[in-house]
Amino acid sequence: MRDDEPIILFDNVFKSFGDFEVLKGISLEIAPGERVVICGPSGSGKSTLIRCINGLETYDRGRIRVAGVALGTDDASRRAVRGKAGMVFQQFNLFPHLTVLENLMLGPIRARGMNRPAAEEIARRYLARVRIPEQADKYPRQLSGGQQQRVAIARSLCMEPGIMLFDEPTSALDPEMINEVLEVMAELAGTGMTMICVTHEMGFARRVADRIMFMDHGEIVETAPPERFFSAPESRRCRDFLQKILNH
Amino acid sequence: MGPSMRKALVLLAVALALTGCSGSWGWYVVDPTTPKGYTNVRFLLSGLQYTILLSATAISISIVAGLLVALPGLSASRGLRWASRTYVELVRAVPILVLVLWVYYGLPQITGLTIGVFWAGVIALALSDSAFQAEIFRAGIQSIARGQYEAAYSISLNYRDTMRYVILPQAIRRILPAIGNQIVYMLKMSSLVSVIGMQELTRKANELVVTEYRPLEIYTFLVLEYLVLILIVSAGVRWLERRMRTDER
Repeated sequence: MRDDEPIILFDNVFKSFGDFEVLKGISLEIAPGERVVICGPSGSGKSTLIRCINGLETYDRGRIRVAGVALGTDDASRRAVRGKAGMVFQQFNLFPHLTVLENLMLGPIRARGMNRPAAEEIARRYLARVRIPEQADKYPRQLSGGQQQRVAIARSLCMEPGIMLFDEPTSALDPEMINEVLEVMAELAGTGMTMICVTHEMGFARRVADRIMFMDHGEIVETAPPERFFSAPESRRCRDFLQKILNH
Repeated sequence: MGPSMRKALVLLAVALALTGCSGSWGWYVVDPTTPKGYTNVRFLLSGLQYTILLSATAISISIVAGLLVALPGLSASRGLRWASRTYVELVRAVPILVLVLWVYYGLPQITGLTIGVFWAGVIALALSDSAFQAEIFRAGIQSIARGQYEAAYSISLNYRDTMRYVILPQAIRRILPAIGNQIVYMLKMSSLVSVIGMQELTRKANELVVTEYRPLEIYTFLVLEYLVLILIVSAGVRWLERRMRTDER
């Protein structure tokens, strides 16, 4: 991979669910280390877009390259990309039958071929990074939502990906737990990690993002740095959206 | 032994003791304190090992086979799904007794190989049960949320590891009661293998009835043998459930 090559590239990507076209010719480039927030009304295709990046969703037409890998529908390219792009979900999706530590060690052992001591070391390191080292031996159900989401972030980090994808990571959380997760994410942003985040947390977007993308009806309507995005949105759809979510 | 189990056994013993005194019973045939009764009891119990061995072997095979049938049934390939569905519908439609007869008397005509009663019994029971196990596994696997697969794939696990370390451990916890049910059922159905001459509990009882002419006492003894076996199995399954439940949600 050359240095000036984007770490994520979408070239005219189309995707439909049956008759419903969710992505209508998406093209985008994201540079290594860039932090991008994607927002937009529900059904705008933002979740589908982020899920295409690590192959959880297939696409119909166009071209996607992630970390130098041409992403197809084959298992090999998808697994190659997934090793480089971690994903954090709205519903955490922790493995309920495993302890926190086991949740974190599964990927390093099974996908990275590490031995147990090495995997445990890396698991404890990232658990400390998300500030809950003392929860290692608990089961997910014993943790609060905010703690569970931080475990999920640590689980992805244990794969040591260059890219982190967040799909509405705070939408399922009680309000008092949103900040502890956003803090961990902001800290992560400071480490040079490439981050793509679908979220409606505009305060976080303003503070952390290099660019904000606004999606509507399967298209990227507007892309701008935060200050311009919030002060002078160009499109009418974007202005309407901002008005709705900022004035509530 | 759980308290409910103990209560059931005591009740049964009391019922038998009461009726046993009425004179119409001839408990001497299975009274181990007399030499004749002792010989008879030993004869009846000598079928126990075959019942256990036959059921355990058949169930072990059918659980593995059930999983192997269920997995293609959940795949994206239409052909594999069809094959799995067909197997289940076909095998499930055959009565176990018919399957036992077919495997023992019919199958050798196709294959040219004669099979002993034990393996004929194992094959028939395992075949029949595998269709039910497949349905149980399918339901269990389908009950696991899609997010669990996505999380596993997102940390770069392949399909096999996802199934083995993420999906199946959760699915098996959920289907344990159903599998326990099926084990009990199979243990009882193993009595059907007596018709081809397998020397298990029911066959032994049948043989003793022919020489002793005391069907009431001997078959009651047989009932008790199955009852004890099955109570032990249910206790085992419940213990397993309790042990595994401690760590889910």
